[in-house]
Amino acid sequence: MSTIVVVPILVPLCAAIAGLLAAGRSALQRALSVAGAAAQLAVGVALLHTVHTRGIQVQQLGHWPAPFGITIVADLFSAIMVTLSGLVGLCVSLFALVDIGPERERFAFHPLLHFLLMGVAGAFLTGDLFNLFVWFELIIMTSFVLLALGGERPQIEGAVKYLTLNFIASGLFLTALGILYGQFGTLNMADLAIRLDSQPSGVGLSSAMLMLVAFGIKAGVFPLFFWLPDSYHTPPAAVTALFAGLLTKVGVYAMIRVLTLVFTADLLVLAPLIVTASLLTMVTGVLGAAAQSDIRRLLAFHIISQIGYMTLGLGLRTEAALAASVFYIVHNVIAKTNLFFVAGAIRHIRGTSELRELGGLYRDEPRLAALFLIPALALAGIPPLSGFIAKFTLVKAALTADAFLPAAVALGVGMLTLYSMTKIWAEAFWKAAPADADGGTRAPVPIVMLLPIIALTTLTVLLGVLPGTLLDLASGAAMQLLDRRQYLDAVLGTAR
Amino acid sequence: METVLALVIGGLYAISFYLMLRRSMVKLIFGLMLFTQAVNLLIFTAAGLTRGQPPIVPPGATAVPAPYADPLPQALVLTAIVISFGMLAFALALTRRGFLAMQTDDLDRLGRGAPE
Repeated sequence: MSTIVVVPILVPLCAAIAGLLAAGRSALQRALSVAGAAAQLAVGVALLHTVHTRGIQVQQLGHWPAPFGITIVADLFSAIMVTLSGLVGLCVSLFALVDIGPERERFAFHPLLHFLLMGVAGAFLTGDLFNLFVWFELIIMTSFVLLALGGERPQIEGAVKYLTLNFIASGLFLTALGILYGQFGTLNMADLAIRLDSQPSGVGLSSAMLMLVAFGIKAGVFPLFFWLPDSYHTPPAAVTALFAGLLTKVGVYAMIRVLTLVFTADLLVLAPLIVTASLLTMVTGVLGAAAQSDIRRLLAFHIISQIGYMTLGLGLRTEAALAASVFYIVHNVIAKTNLFFVAGAIRHIRGTSELRELGGLYRDEPRLAALFLIPALALAGIPPLSGFIAKFTLVKAALTADAFLPAAVALGVGMLTLYSMTKIWAEAFWKAAPADADGGTRAPVPIVMLLPIIALTTLTVLLGVLPGTLLDLASGAAMQLLDRRQYLDAVLGTAR
Repeated sequence: METVLALVIGGLYAISFYLMLRRSMVKLIFGLMLFTQAVNLLIFTAAGLTRGQPPIVPPGATAVPAPYADPLPQALVLTAIVISFGMLAFALALTRRGFLAMQTDDLDRLGRGAPE
């Protein structure tokens, strides 16, 4: 029993409620929001430290023993993800101070942000499938509101697609839960894992497939990604950065967790499918991006392309590949959130994110140019940045597993990513500003906006130069994912 | 009983997917509604139907005697109903806003009318 596992769920809840109580007092609400997000990051780091030193932490809610009650459990993978969500939450809450107008703040932007963080932390920490469904619903409910908040026309359009697809994904997930419960009479992940081992059946595979599709929709995997570029670029940059950084990764997390822990036998069957889907995700995402001329849409396609790298690690099923996936998730969350922040800053000062209408940013904003270049090159995988280590470990894992085609595709997509990034660089920063361009504040980027960008850029460089700590953590996480005994012992204890 | 319900569930899934594939926004909402109903019914049926055997421990006994209705799927369905109710309320409000902004119920024109 350890209480620290539930704290990452409680902190955002308290922050959200305090924010709601402070409605109308804008300054107080903003302060509470930033403080709450900072606390979440601190708790995340503390949890990571605890899990790293003392092993998997478990809390049985209401002290009901494992298969009967709801289990909250944190292994290294969960703890890393919770820490990341705290980091993204803090950066977004800072960036939102400038980016989110008073209009949206009045409609409870900050409390919604914390409800979303609570849902994300809950999804990372739960050990129960139905509970995972509930956290998913909390996440999509808040994200619907965040997406539609403001009610601009493209936002409504994006929200309709987003809502429909997520609704269907939840329905499929719930269908899988119904079938599993009917067959095995339990929805506790650890308990289900043992029962599936002892009595393998076709029901397991069909449920695994349903969940793969449901989480695939949420993660934006080929061919289920089409809602993402249509909706992610519509809300303000702070919201997009939050979604891009966290939400798709919740889908990837759920996919990895469920397939490595519960459906281990079915993962064997599904692995070729996952590898194929991953490769197609990478390629279609990056090719889609090449055709875009709006920075935010372009980056939205890159979200998809990068998701392919993360799921590829799952498809290869080796410890090194999973470790690479975990490392890749960390690198990508940091770099991607940062790039959306930069796009938001550009939109803030120029009033547009359309590449044709931009230009001359290198002359006007050399600091911002440098801050764009680092995460952009990291995304493409240029040494010595975090993306290089991430791609290097993944490709090395693929080659060790004799998966030569995936390795080649991963490298080729890296090249194409570089093309997209140079396109943004050449169009927005390098070329002269078009004569008729005006709009935006034209003032220098506010320091509150630069602060999270600088912080994330520093992390990108640090992860590239000193990857040791995170690599250790990632391979530890992969080890726990593949060797399920630790997890099962921690959750079920003597009940086994 | 299970056979009948299985057929009903299958029919509901089919109808809901058909409705969701239509271009009308109203039919999309109806499709989503039926979809949640179908899923709830599936959870309820898949766990097995036991009639007239409430899971109540008789006086003097320590456990419920064997055939009894499993209360857990009912709890799951109840949670799912509440959640889908909230989601549908939001979906209705959103499509109303969409209709007012776009002056059309046609999902195809919704996408094409994008200004940027």
